[in-house]
Amino acid sequence: MTAQDTIPDEDGPLYAAAEKVYPQRVKGRFRRIKWALLAFCLGIYYFLPFVRWDRGPALPDQAVLVDFERRRFYFFFIELWPQEVYYLTGLLILAAIALFLMNAIAGRIWCGYLCPQTVWTDLFFAVERLIEGDRRDRIKLDAQGWTASKVALKGMKHFVWLMIAWWTGGAWVLYFSDAPTLVKDLATFQAPFSAYLWIGILTATTYVFAGHMREQVCLYMCPWPRIQAALTDSDALNVTYRFDRGEPRASVKQAAQLKAAGQPAGDCVECKQCIAVCPTGIDIRDGTQLGCIQCGLCIDACDDIMGKLGRPTGLIGYDTLKAVEARACGTSPPSLRIIRPRTLLYAAIIAFVGGAMMYQLATRAFLNLAVVHERTPLFTTLKDGSIRNAYTLRIANKRSEERPVAITLDAPMGTTWEVVGAQQTADWRPIVVVPPDSTLDVKLFVTMPQPQAKGPSQMIQIKAADLSFGENAIVKDNFFAP
Amino acid sequence: MTNPTQTAPESDIDVVTGRSTTGHSWDGIRELNTPLPRWWLWTFYATILWAVGYWLVYPAWPLISSHTTGLFGYSSRAAVALEVQALEQRRDQQAAGLRTASLEEIKASPDLLRVALARGKASFAENCVGCHGQGGTGAPSYPNLTDDDWVWGGALKDIQATIQNGIRWTQNADTRMGEMLAFGRLGMLKKEEVEQVVDFVRSLAKLEPAKGANLPAGKTVYDANCAACHGEAGKGNREVGAPDLTDAIWLYGSSREAMIESVHNGRAGIMPAWASRLDPVTIKALTVYVHSLGGGQ
Repeated sequence: MTAQDTIPDEDGPLYAAAEKVYPQRVKGRFRRIKWALLAFCLGIYYFLPFVRWDRGPALPDQAVLVDFERRRFYFFFIELWPQEVYYLTGLLILAAIALFLMNAIAGRIWCGYLCPQTVWTDLFFAVERLIEGDRRDRIKLDAQGWTASKVALKGMKHFVWLMIAWWTGGAWVLYFSDAPTLVKDLATFQAPFSAYLWIGILTATTYVFAGHMREQVCLYMCPWPRIQAALTDSDALNVTYRFDRGEPRASVKQAAQLKAAGQPAGDCVECKQCIAVCPTGIDIRDGTQLGCIQCGLCIDACDDIMGKLGRPTGLIGYDTLKAVEARACGTSPPSLRIIRPRTLLYAAIIAFVGGAMMYQLATRAFLNLAVVHERTPLFTTLKDGSIRNAYTLRIANKRSEERPVAITLDAPMGTTWEVVGAQQTADWRPIVVVPPDSTLDVKLFVTMPQPQAKGPSQMIQIKAADLSFGENAIVKDNFFAP
Repeated sequence: MTNPTQTAPESDIDVVTGRSTTGHSWDGIRELNTPLPRWWLWTFYATILWAVGYWLVYPAWPLISSHTTGLFGYSSRAAVALEVQALEQRRDQQAAGLRTASLEEIKASPDLLRVALARGKASFAENCVGCHGQGGTGAPSYPNLTDDDWVWGGALKDIQATIQNGIRWTQNADTRMGEMLAFGRLGMLKKEEVEQVVDFVRSLAKLEPAKGANLPAGKTVYDANCAACHGEAGKGNREVGAPDLTDAIWLYGSSREAMIESVHNGRAGIMPAWASRLDPVTIKALTVYVHSLGGGQ
């Protein structure tokens, strides 16, 4: 084979202009589900910051709040500190596996119904339809020259889009500060610059992604379609064109002629409604494909047509590859297998990680003690020959009340201890007061007389005992001697 | 299966998908032409534009002895300097409380104490660790600041005076003075007298004296020469910086040789006066910090 054979005379296009998709209005079961989920998801997103949750006077009363300034995350009854950020890891694992499980059961449920890109794009489509009209009107409007009415329609559409985008950015920043206060500050231009900046960024991304990029995000930017393609199997439900029933395609008239001639004719009448309503502009009849977000709108469109023709609905529907292929071969389709090794595995991982997180949360300590042994010096010899070790205690009070904490020791007889800056009680226990919802670093000196101070090291136990709630934290550490 | 060798040159269309191919072929496997979207290309151009804007706005191009400064004269060094300045201002505000409060008041107030300890720790690391070691652990001839043995006193005001005026720092009029004489070198004691007194002192500190040591002779030498400063019982005298000879802590080492060296050649360690180098607030913070290291009295 020569090089001449393989290189085409003219280079193919390296770049393709995006073809604008004009999805048509559609009514039906899946459209209703999508509207309900859209209202639900956006309702949560826009209004959650305003939900209040009482945590006492010392802490914010916003139900969901990421408090960067004080380094706390609040979620209703849960409060997390920075060192507990591993919960986020757990959540991410849960999210990933839940995505896998959804995919193993019914394909791209996430893409079709829940993904923010889909939800906001759907909303922006609705606005576009409301202002510019349905598919035909929009195609016509785009094709015609610039007239005053076109400018007005387009201007109005972009204005509404930008308003929605702006609200989206506005809601975003409310998760990071007290929402009612921030709304007031934003309105009176008293809010910090970062709030306006983030509103600007989110406004821009929402407007660009949901208004202009749309299906391009799914086709070119999102990794999930690629991963999904590797994860799906022939037992998973997917939005499927049942080619066993639809092929060969023929119009109603042709089908009648074919049947009269004793030849087979499928149910697909080539009305192309499934393509017209598709938000990514694909043809579902080409089979499961990367561009299909499986929103189910083509099912609604096809069912509508089949209903009008008096044919059974479900030419396009949720089905498994196995079932379609079996019917195409004339055998009866196998029953749906939701419970299979992979779904069981995913469910088990979800149960394990979720259970571990819940256990961790339920047994979360509200008093923590961390001890760092002083290294310079490891020990100090005192005048009378006794040995002193120093430790830094970090006491974390995760309650919203100020708490007095007594420091006691489990160490050999004669050992004395002292905490810098602490009050001493009658029974010689140093007491430190830890402010609400914060940590306190104090220095502890432990002195052991001779001959108890045996080298090179021995174990002692340091205990922080909370006097108001009765919680204890115990840490073991070494006591060093020459 | 299409045999690639039989594919006619004009058919750069893939049979299965009906799409065009790039014309590249590896072992008969041909690559579909999947063109990038045009906006991708625009994004690429936009990044180039961005880079040009960046050159203009920020310092970008090296020149022979300097660099282009950018339209707004931005400099990361200047930005850091501003931040440092702001930080210092904030520290000054925090330290305002230290300026007026007495050392005891600082010790008693948790807020002032926290500021003083943080400031003292930083200043200690900058100025003191060279001799006294990280954490104030000291070294032979440089006192350990974490123990409870103080040559010149371990109360807050004593520590403050020592830091301010130094020890044997003759440029400072108020410096602490006192000297361990070179009893041997100056001929005030004979060699065996030095050894006798050392053995006696070792017995005071419950250290092992040399075999067959003449302790009564040592005591005679001690009473005549040492008791004036170190006291009859060897408990020392902080007024003149004479250390306690009965405890377990030995600034120059507790070996017999080191003690003979001390008596023969004398000792006169020096600590600089910091009053001329550090501001009073920092000295207060250092005082409280050193006091908190464990030996404060």
